[in-house]
Amino acid sequence: MPALETTTWAAPLRRSGRGLLLFARAQPLGALALVAILLMLVAGVFARLIAPADPVAIDFTAVLSPPSAAHPFGTDNFGRDILSRIIYGARTALIIGFTSSFLGCTLGTLLGVVSAFYGGRVDLAMQRFVDMLLSFPIIVLALVVVAMLGRHLVVGIDVNLLLAIAIPITPQVARVIRSAALSIRAAAFIDAARIAGIGNTRIIFRHMLPNVMAPFLIMLTAFIAQAILLEASLSFLGLGVSEPTPAWGLMLAGNAVDFYREAPWIIIFPGLAISVAVFAFNFLGDSLRDWLDPRFRA
Amino acid sequence: MNPSSALHAEAPAREPDAGYLLAVSDLRVRFESARGVVQAVDGVSYGVRRGETVALVGESGSGKSVSALAIMRLLPRATARVSGKVLFDGRDLLALPAAQMRALRGREIAMIFQEPMTSLNPVLSIGLQLTEPLRAHLGLSEARARQRAIELLTQVGITDPEHRLRQYPHQLSGGMRQRVMIAMALSCGPKLIIADEPTTALDVTIQAQILDLLRDLSRRLGIALILITHNLGIVARYADRVNVMYAAQLAEQAACGPLFATPQHFYTLGLLRSIPRLDRKRTARLATIEGLLPDLRELLPGCRFAPRCSARITACENAPRLAEVGPGHRSACVRANDVAAALEPAADIGARRQKAAPAPLLEIEGLKKHFGVAAGPRVEIRTPLVIAVDDVSLAIGRGETLGLVGESGCGKTTLGRLIVGLETPTSGRIRIDGRDIAGDAVHDFRGFRHKVQMVFQDPYSSLNPRMTIGGFIAEPLRVHRLAPSRAAARERVADLLGQVGLYPYMAERYPHELSGGQRQRVGIARALALEPSLIVCDEPVSALDVSIQGQVINLLESLRDRHELSLLFISHDLAVVRHICDRVAVMYLGKLVELADRDAIYDAPRHPYTRALLDAVPVPDPAIEAARRPSRLKGEIPSPLDPPAGCVFHTRCPIATERCRHEVPVLRELSPGHHAACHNIGGAAA
Amino acid sequence: MTRYLAHRLLLALPTLLGVAVLIFIMLRVVPGDIVELKLRGEGGTVTQDVVERERARLGLDKPIAAQFGDWMVGLVTLDFGKSMWTERPVVDEISLRFKLSFELAILSMLIAVAAALPLGTVSALLRDTWIDYVVRFISVAGLAMPAFWLGMLMILALLHFFNWLPPITFMPLWQDPVANLSQLIWPALAVGYRYSAVVTRMLRSSILEVMNEDYVRTARAKGMRERIVIGRHALRNALLPTTTVVGLEFAFLIGGLVVTEQVFNLNGLGKLFVQAVTRNDFTLVQGLVMLVATVSVLVNLAVDLLYAALDPRIRYR
Repeated sequence: MPALETTTWAAPLRRSGRGLLLFARAQPLGALALVAILLMLVAGVFARLIAPADPVAIDFTAVLSPPSAAHPFGTDNFGRDILSRIIYGARTALIIGFTSSFLGCTLGTLLGVVSAFYGGRVDLAMQRFVDMLLSFPIIVLALVVVAMLGRHLVVGIDVNLLLAIAIPITPQVARVIRSAALSIRAAAFIDAARIAGIGNTRIIFRHMLPNVMAPFLIMLTAFIAQAILLEASLSFLGLGVSEPTPAWGLMLAGNAVDFYREAPWIIIFPGLAISVAVFAFNFLGDSLRDWLDPRFRA
Repeated sequence: MNPSSALHAEAPAREPDAGYLLAVSDLRVRFESARGVVQAVDGVSYGVRRGETVALVGESGSGKSVSALAIMRLLPRATARVSGKVLFDGRDLLALPAAQMRALRGREIAMIFQEPMTSLNPVLSIGLQLTEPLRAHLGLSEARARQRAIELLTQVGITDPEHRLRQYPHQLSGGMRQRVMIAMALSCGPKLIIADEPTTALDVTIQAQILDLLRDLSRRLGIALILITHNLGIVARYADRVNVMYAAQLAEQAACGPLFATPQHFYTLGLLRSIPRLDRKRTARLATIEGLLPDLRELLPGCRFAPRCSARITACENAPRLAEVGPGHRSACVRANDVAAALEPAADIGARRQKAAPAPLLEIEGLKKHFGVAAGPRVEIRTPLVIAVDDVSLAIGRGETLGLVGESGCGKTTLGRLIVGLETPTSGRIRIDGRDIAGDAVHDFRGFRHKVQMVFQDPYSSLNPRMTIGGFIAEPLRVHRLAPSRAAARERVADLLGQVGLYPYMAERYPHELSGGQRQRVGIARALALEPSLIVCDEPVSALDVSIQGQVINLLESLRDRHELSLLFISHDLAVVRHICDRVAVMYLGKLVELADRDAIYDAPRHPYTRALLDAVPVPDPAIEAARRPSRLKGEIPSPLDPPAGCVFHTRCPIATERCRHEVPVLRELSPGHHAACHNIGGAAA
Repeated sequence: MTRYLAHRLLLALPTLLGVAVLIFIMLRVVPGDIVELKLRGEGGTVTQDVVERERARLGLDKPIAAQFGDWMVGLVTLDFGKSMWTERPVVDEISLRFKLSFELAILSMLIAVAAALPLGTVSALLRDTWIDYVVRFISVAGLAMPAFWLGMLMILALLHFFNWLPPITFMPLWQDPVANLSQLIWPALAVGYRYSAVVTRMLRSSILEVMNEDYVRTARAKGMRERIVIGRHALRNALLPTTTVVGLEFAFLIGGLVVTEQVFNLNGLGKLFVQAVTRNDFTLVQGLVMLVATVSVLVNLAVDLLYAALDPRIRYR
């Protein structure tokens, strides 16, 4: 009975304080991932206080120097301190990862819920559209959007890059949320609301949306991972974040390709940073799902 | 003192000569998880003799299914801790090496499960699934196994068995699948079959077929049967001996006759008195068992039924023992001897006066609803129509309760949804107070829509899990500005909660904090909030435990009488309908086949379908069951996708003639107020 | 079955048409175009007149509707036009690189499936043992590591241990299979790792889900050996959703190729795509996108047919 699932979905989400403790006990690895993410957040927010050096300061006297006490992760081909660039890169990764994932998930959730609620032709049209977008691999769609929009910087952030990452996320979220919303749509409390003369808008916002918060949260987390990875890939291809902004993907791109065979540290540490961040968000997403989705409960 | 020592003195395990095939003693099952420890079975002992049918009866969480799975050692090893002794034919099943236990499953003990839809593997053919145990246990060759499988299918009444062997589960109906499960259970000639709620998911006419088949085969082949059920009617009809379970323990143990005639436990008594009777005129309100089933994680010492027992005394605070109270009759009630005194029928209070033709509130005329059906999840082809409701006309009077009964696919739920406006009729009229509302959109509140509200079947999905109870009840009041202020709304919610027997403080709770019965009460309160004149109740008690059903039925009755409500009471449970309704309508495949006053329809049903339906329902009284010589309907309900021509019932009708194959019968008035749609019944009451 | 196939193909047409419309519109709202980039890109100064003439030559001066019409007519006659940059037919540009990318994709899939089947099954059956934890760690890591970084690490390792460098030229399979495989196996591993991680996770969770099904309990209640319960009753059902994932991921492999070909210096479709995008080569991007969409549609169809073969509920409808 799908409706039953949705009822139990929601319960543990409410009391956040106690919930966090329960989550940590039930999903220790997920809690560990959460700690890693918090560390990343601290690094990003307080980058200026933590980073040992200026991430964009060029020092031709220390080009490609291996890890040492002065430069724990070494320097790149401009003599910039890699550790500092990684710390500042956390900021870029988090901002882009969270914003674009949030954008994509919100849009996708709205699409999915509306599609499921109205059904019929609205649903059919939206599903065709979603299918169309889904017939592209994420990165191909992102590349097309990048090609289409070019760059558009607002307070140092490339808004079009955010869109390029958010747009491929949207249809995937829409599809998952739609199927969750369909089971809610079939639940008797929606019928009850309709019989009581509650308007469609209110039903969507008060009855449908709150009940897809659990899958929304799971996907938000999982797609932050995807977004960070996608941003890294785009930057690597020279189509994402542009120099001199410190970004992990960018540190693996361009000149790095020419130098990494002689100076492996210039790629090892940024790559590790990406992997750990994506790993943490993926793991948190998995743990959230195991925790919130009754089907995975023992 | 060990509370079970007295029990051990009597334990079947000590008397193997008594001919016990299976002797369960002091069986305990504990589930350990992060969310706590649940003692699902707590010291249960019983025996099964060769060839007899023993029932395990209980409500949800009583441990009846878990104890059966424990016997089969099919519980997940990681979470379930099983202890005790299960002697089967001289071997202790719980101590048997895994390989031996496996060899015994399916060969000597077979099992039939509740859900025929999911119990067969969807990607394997019936033939493979049926020959599999034959080849594994008996070492038959493929050809021999096939031969045997064909014999088995014939034995369980499946026609064209060669063809069926090549089919897959989704190509069979629920009843057919359960027949295949029975064939599978019989295949290796077991000594014992455990049937876990084998017919709960099936329609009542199919239920009778399946259980008859199971009984006949087990008798003929001398197979012992453990029948797990919550339905006391089934117990009365099919069981030789009965074990009543409550909250993981045995409450009472007796032969079938004495258990019903002279129950020795107040829980058994309460159960017997809280179920409405199909075979008796309604006299009084149902006696109910108050309170809720206990939470198995937080059990108190003492009798577990005591908190809900009207006869509890201080002695009930001690742990009860299952003690002999008569020959072969054991009870765990300290006041077992006093139960008989409480047995006399309740006083004739609250008997409902039959209304003399009240003015009609709701009138339905020629209502039709057709659905287009999607062929499947991955293909979007629109295929032929299902005619869910076909030309139905009826009326419900002010303050009247009309029962709407029928099996799955008969269109009763669709009719209810049409009336509340959740579906738009294909054609026909629905009038409330003389005003046609068939065309009004469901959210069109200016019209008369709000005069019709609904109570739903599933108490778990009928409340929004993310809204407080109070918020949920108050929502229509706020949206339609029916309460002048916040405080007024709160007061109204408190009033409504009081009316449905809940406490005002529960307004702050969320649905998951309530039990099923409490949620159903909230659903009723919400329906009442808009002060409707008609409430459509769609199977309002069928998802509830027996002891909770009575409470909700009584609540609906008292609210109806207090507010002069009309009810359309949709149910597959004919006994409940007889109890609560004034008039009853019977549907079959979208058609109204009979419509009459309550007692007329139960005492003198006219339509052959109604008769068969009533015959199929077992009555919770073995004496009456023994005297009944019911006729059984043959065959299955045809698919609504392809309804028979002429009279839709002719394919299963015992009195069908050539005319029925071509000509659709109209609903005729046979005697005042008694309508039926059949060519072959006369005008006067039989 | 035939009807089903025909129906599926018919459903694919509007999707492809939609993709064509979508990609065309998306590319035309771009402010700049290839001419600017081509003529002015290197800092050269060109008169507006020259730009206009070049535009006219490429057909970019026509109204959008006319351009779209031309392209649609081309599509129907399977003429995808010429690359605006190299001026060679799009079909040639693609077919030149298709073999390499296709071989790489097939290799990756083989690696992924070969790894995922045992890993996913073992991980599910030994749930919550250290083997399960290791497999889960490896597969989450596979999702976390960027393919291009993995590729770089592989090259570093190969360089260090075998003094191997990615070759400059591609050796086709039929000319020298050994050289070809030794060339492609590493990028295939880099791409296949992520692929196998996705499939492993799917297989593990479907097996876990299936093991809870009633029919598995029925099989046990019949006294079937655990080997048969798992092999015959559970795995066959668990493979259904896994098949879908294998197919979907295959259709999406181009995504992995885009970055991996860059690292291993392989002149395949992925690299071509990045070039086309950076150069605003509209016709080439359009052609490549249509190719990707068509592959995706065809793979989906193949998955559905496979599904039908495995699942009688679909076969017999």
